[in-house]
Amino acid sequence: MNGPFETLRRPDGVSRRDLVVGATLVGGALLVGCSPADLMSAGSKVEPGAFGPFIQFDPDGAVTVLSKHIEFGQGNHAGLAAIVAEELDADWSRVRVVHAPANAKLYGNSTAGIQLTGGSSAISNSWEQLRKAGAAARAMFVQAAATRWNVPVGQVTVKDGVVAHASGKSAGFGELIADAAKVTPPEAPTLKDPKTFTLIGSDRVRRKDSLIKSTGAARYTQDVQLPNMLVAMVAHPPRFGASVKSFDADDARKVAGVVDVYEIPTGVAVVADTTYAARMGREALKVEWDEGKVETRSSATIAQQWRDIAAGKGPSDLKWEAFDSKGDAAAASAGKGASVFETTYDFPYLAHATMEPMNCVAIVDGSKVKLIHGSQAQTLDQMNAAKIVKTLPGSVEIETLFAGGSFGRRANFPSDYVAECVAIAHKVGGGRPVKLVWTREDDMRAGFFRPLVHHAVRVTLDKDGYPATWRHRIVTQSIMKGAPMPSKGPDQTAIEGTAGSPYLKATPVVDAQLALPEGGVPVLWWRSVGATHTAFVMEHTIDQLALKAGKDPVDYRRALYAKIGPEGERHLAVLNLAVEKAGPAPAAGFTRGVAVHESFGSVVAQVAEVKLVDGHPRVGRVVTAIDCGVAVSPDQVAAQMEGGTCYGLSAALYGEITLTDGKVDQSNFDTYRVLRMNEAPTVETHILPSGNPPSGVGEPGTPVIAPAVANALLALSKTPTTRLPFVRAEA
Amino acid sequence: MTSMLDINGKTVAVKAAPETPLLWVLRDELGLTGTKFGCGMAQCGACTVHVNGDPVRACVTPIAALSGAKIATIESLGGAHPLQQAWVKHDVPQCGYCQSGQIMSAAALLAQTKAPSDEDIDNAMSGNICRCGTYQRIRAAIKDAAGLTAATAVAAPAAQGPGKSVAANDIDDDIAAASGSTSRGVGQ
Repeated sequence: MNGPFETLRRPDGVSRRDLVVGATLVGGALLVGCSPADLMSAGSKVEPGAFGPFIQFDPDGAVTVLSKHIEFGQGNHAGLAAIVAEELDADWSRVRVVHAPANAKLYGNSTAGIQLTGGSSAISNSWEQLRKAGAAARAMFVQAAATRWNVPVGQVTVKDGVVAHASGKSAGFGELIADAAKVTPPEAPTLKDPKTFTLIGSDRVRRKDSLIKSTGAARYTQDVQLPNMLVAMVAHPPRFGASVKSFDADDARKVAGVVDVYEIPTGVAVVADTTYAARMGREALKVEWDEGKVETRSSATIAQQWRDIAAGKGPSDLKWEAFDSKGDAAAASAGKGASVFETTYDFPYLAHATMEPMNCVAIVDGSKVKLIHGSQAQTLDQMNAAKIVKTLPGSVEIETLFAGGSFGRRANFPSDYVAECVAIAHKVGGGRPVKLVWTREDDMRAGFFRPLVHHAVRVTLDKDGYPATWRHRIVTQSIMKGAPMPSKGPDQTAIEGTAGSPYLKATPVVDAQLALPEGGVPVLWWRSVGATHTAFVMEHTIDQLALKAGKDPVDYRRALYAKIGPEGERHLAVLNLAVEKAGPAPAAGFTRGVAVHESFGSVVAQVAEVKLVDGHPRVGRVVTAIDCGVAVSPDQVAAQMEGGTCYGLSAALYGEITLTDGKVDQSNFDTYRVLRMNEAPTVETHILPSGNPPSGVGEPGTPVIAPAVANALLALSKTPTTRLPFVRAEA
Repeated sequence: MTSMLDINGKTVAVKAAPETPLLWVLRDELGLTGTKFGCGMAQCGACTVHVNGDPVRACVTPIAALSGAKIATIESLGGAHPLQQAWVKHDVPQCGYCQSGQIMSAAALLAQTKAPSDEDIDNAMSGNICRCGTYQRIRAAIKDAAGLTAATAVAAPAAQGPGKSVAANDIDDDIAAASGSTSRGVGQ
């Protein structure tokens, strides 16, 4: 631990670790000798309790589970609490869940390395951790009871929150807290044999928040009201990359309720006593923008450039990265005649369009910062806030609230809306709370869209009609480019799902490459990330290949899965389950389409029944089968399949953000159409039994419906779908 | 300037200017934050309240238009309304942000149509967006609250086992048996 930082040692009691972090913040360099979690939690006052960071007990024995993950719809809080309650043998009706504070070291996502909810990992990355936490706490209560009753530990039982001995002695958790808290937690507590689970996997694992979300009592960022709080709205530039040249706030300041107007890095902020006053004040602002460095392309231009790049007509300095290659690559480009299948696909920008537009509450008092918001990536939010205020990231306190959806939007590398709020609260200063409110228009035009993507596919079939060679080109903007610590190799968020596809595994010659041209539009993960387009490309291509080969698409998939042996077994199992549960025939007037896709460790198969209504696809029944390992909450797995299907179908039918000369054309739900009640499918969910640890659920239900619908339309009309959405906005 | 409004059975004096949308008066001035802001132009239904019993989008309704009208918000339902009980029983909410508006639209529907058809539900509810896609559970919960589910309820889902099935339209019996349902709302 010697080195350049020795010179940073100071005699004022500031720890060396904190100085290292300070140096990191100033210099932007990654430092050796401290773990990233050390760096990111430096300055934190968050400490674990006697029973660890995840479990607290009330004096009456009620259990509180601290969730390191935000609940914004996925049902993860129910699942996380159930994992603890199972190993703890708690009374499920007396278990509640709260959001944990922010601390990268205590509450880091073991998949991501920072405190972040994403990648459908809430349950999977917590599985071992929370089982151990529950089992350790249980062991502490057992030990405390054994000592108090002077009986062997092995004779003490726990059931539904009651610790007991055959002699008739018993005590609730509440009566034993003080003693149990003094017991040294076991380092390797004994976990239950999953066969003995009584809560996990049962229909008792239901949401804990349904009532407060049905009465209006659940608290979201939008609902935060604090004494002396100001509400802020920001005038943003019409094009990405612009900055403020000048502004005239005279009229804005005359609006009743407007308190002040500030220039901030992202625009001009109006702060007021009420939301309505802030909005009226913003409307009265006059801002001139410096557009020297803006994105001026239209989305149609960008799409054409992506197509040109895939066709080999791109700029000569653009690099192609191979992400799957085997056999003779030249063979994948060669071959002519009837055995060749060739097509391209275009996917538009997509907005997340959460029900609750982005918002944040920040309180800045000198170097003290508190954030109150639906934080999806607490560590990123801490680091970005700390940079603005010049403090230690761990010292940034975050109270995480429910969020009205996110679908990925609330976690991004610059913490866009959070940083904006902190910048305003920093200007206001004095510890006065500021609530930043984005309108729907702000939200829809701010970018961080699912990127525009182009795929070009060329497949030759062997004499039996199966892929012999597969050439694949993907062109898109990189999501991971803005990462503080970029990973090596091709951007996985652009290729996942094509990379790793069972169909590429089953093809002897593969030449798959990725190009990532620059773009000025902020892009981001969007529920199911790469699978939003790769699932469509792979699954719709397969049906077209089956059609070309004269084979049934379900049998065609089965044959391809069989070619790769054990690696295809889970795909085959969910496909068979979905097909079996769908039964022999669709409802009258409907045509079926099938798709299967693995994402976030889970494999989902869907049989969708589709008909055309006024020329547009209408989806009826959707039979879903999923292999997600152990299903902690079968009901919430079903809920995510229902919701994920609607989210994917909404985008497939209507989702499209377009730009004209760099300006986003859409602004609200009148121009960005989304799925409504009368268009919603009926989703049935069938869970494949599994003894594997849990895998993702929040996202894997999203990407399968679009290709399933496209495949139904292909069966219906023999017309392939080469671009989404199915229904274009009226021009 | 003060306006008098009849909200949830009480007459209240509000300071906001007459052109102010009801939504912001409810939320910012009266602290009734159950009514949500989603779009600001009557496109999403998150701000649905009742005005003289009819569903109305509070985000585009200036308070000047509400003199003498009886306004009811989600807070007026109290938590034990049959729709709220059905919402809990079916675990309808995901993120939950749209659900106040969904329930207010559904409450207006049931007040006028005791036994709504699927088409009635589509017509009444298609102005309310749910980005989490809880539509099929909303439909099931409305039918349940209307007492329409007995005929359509199918087998309850089993615990995890071979080919386990959970079709949300089919979960009524099981939850009814398991619930007493208030305990599932405890917490948070």
